[in-house]
Amino acid sequence: MSYEPKIIGFTCNWCTYAAADLAGIWRMQYPSNIRLIRVMCSGMVHPRMVTEAFSLGADGVMVMG
Amino acid sequence: MANIRNQDSWVHSGEPEQATRKAMDLVRMAVSKVGLLNPLPEIVVGVQQSALVIGGGPSGMTTALELADHGFPVHLVERSNLLGGQARFLYNTWKGEPIGPALQEMDARVRSHPLITLHMESTVTDAEGFVGNFKSTIQSPRGPQAVDHGVTVIATGGKGYTPTEYGYGTADRVYTSIEFDKLTMMGDRRINDAKTFVFIQCVGSRELGRMYCSRVCCTHSVQAAVQLKEQDPTREIFILYRDLRTYGEREELFKKAREKGVVFINYELHGKPRVTQLDPRQLEVVVWDHILHEPLRIVADAVVLATAIVPSSANADLARIYKLSTDADGFLLEAHAKLRPVDFAGDGLFMAGLAHYPKSVDEAVAQAKAAAGRAITVLSSDRIGLESTKATPVLANCDGCALCLDVCPYHAISLVEEATAEGSRSSHIQVNVAQCKGCGMCQATCPKDGVYVAGFSMEQITAQVKAALAL
Repeated sequence: MSYEPKIIGFTCNWCTYAAADLAGIWRMQYPSNIRLIRVMCSGMVHPRMVTEAFSLGADGVMVMG
Repeated sequence: MANIRNQDSWVHSGEPEQATRKAMDLVRMAVSKVGLLNPLPEIVVGVQQSALVIGGGPSGMTTALELADHGFPVHLVERSNLLGGQARFLYNTWKGEPIGPALQEMDARVRSHPLITLHMESTVTDAEGFVGNFKSTIQSPRGPQAVDHGVTVIATGGKGYTPTEYGYGTADRVYTSIEFDKLTMMGDRRINDAKTFVFIQCVGSRELGRMYCSRVCCTHSVQAAVQLKEQDPTREIFILYRDLRTYGEREELFKKAREKGVVFINYELHGKPRVTQLDPRQLEVVVWDHILHEPLRIVADAVVLATAIVPSSANADLARIYKLSTDADGFLLEAHAKLRPVDFAGDGLFMAGLAHYPKSVDEAVAQAKAAAGRAITVLSSDRIGLESTKATPVLANCDGCALCLDVCPYHAISLVEEATAEGSRSSHIQVNVAQCKGCGMCQATCPKDGVYVAGFSMEQITAQVKAALAL
């Protein structure tokens, strides 16, 4: 089986999370290997959350806001 | 919430198996977070039961009058020295009702209403606070004044695009729709005596830089064509359009225009009509006729440009002051087009009129009434419940280092000192829940887990990450 990276995406409640909803409304398509986690602001993402995600097995972390 | 529709099935419709696997992960993530949630206390604050309305056009005046008629004091701020906004330049609604007299009546009612405080030649320069408790600074010729208000309605309007194309500004007898209306109202001979009219649609709209439709221009041109034909059936009238949008019952006007012999010619963006001056009284318009498949030459006595509507320049400033969203064209952006069409994302902030997107005066007035209705849901009570997603100090961990004070964008955190049992002094943070928006900058900054946002603690987010990566 080919390598499929696991991506964790932290999304801001006010912009990226709403934009991700909008992407759905517009039926835009993107790879299904990302798991989005809603936060109240990208500024809320503690550096430890990012390193923790990596140590738990994530191949990539996106902080979007 | 496990967002398995917008953020899963709709965006991975081509790969159902992976989408199902993702849905299972998303549900597992949500469940793992829910297990760690605690009940949150309801936060209630007082409401200043008065409104600030920015913009004195028909939208702003309608909102102000509706609110004042319901017994709420209103501060109405207008940048110019006149009320009425762009509607002062309009002739009739699409139903043929004269706009001028209605506007005058509105103007008189606003000026005489005991609950409306008018701030003419004034702008809002600064604001702070939140739903129920705003404090805005109004700059007038007499100086700045701070007003307290519970809601804010933005009705700053728009204006007509000034064209540079089709000979406008250089050729004689090329008018914008607004200028055409003005000349018609005054009975100008350049309109009264003219026999051949060419209306060009989508001038400045639906092309690079302004991709949006300006909504009112098709109806206006078709209505004007019908009136010109009714005055003199021997007149020749051509409407050069890209897509005709006389929506809803306005379709009747289009039918009427067809019956009266108005000629509609479709043009495409890559083959725009060309306008040249023949002599001071006549213009030549050349357009590619899509049925004849050859250029059509029209000698016209008047060319009317259906120009775009552009947003007010005030939108950018107000967006900064009240933290509002605007779209790429500078129009105000609502929280949700269907569910919250006159609300901003921020609570207690509403919109009406052209500032939102191009619309006819009757639609602007309807929207203004909707904005007033929404505003009253806040103003009708002297207390309001706030979101419970707030920064929460963990006193056992907080040592009062105050790093979070500097990063808080809302100045919601302060330091308090207390005497300990041993007689020394210790300090820790405290959060003003009314000011806190729950952004969690404090949480990301604190090196000691001394503060977290309720519903988004490190433990809860880690649980989600774990669940996402478990399989």
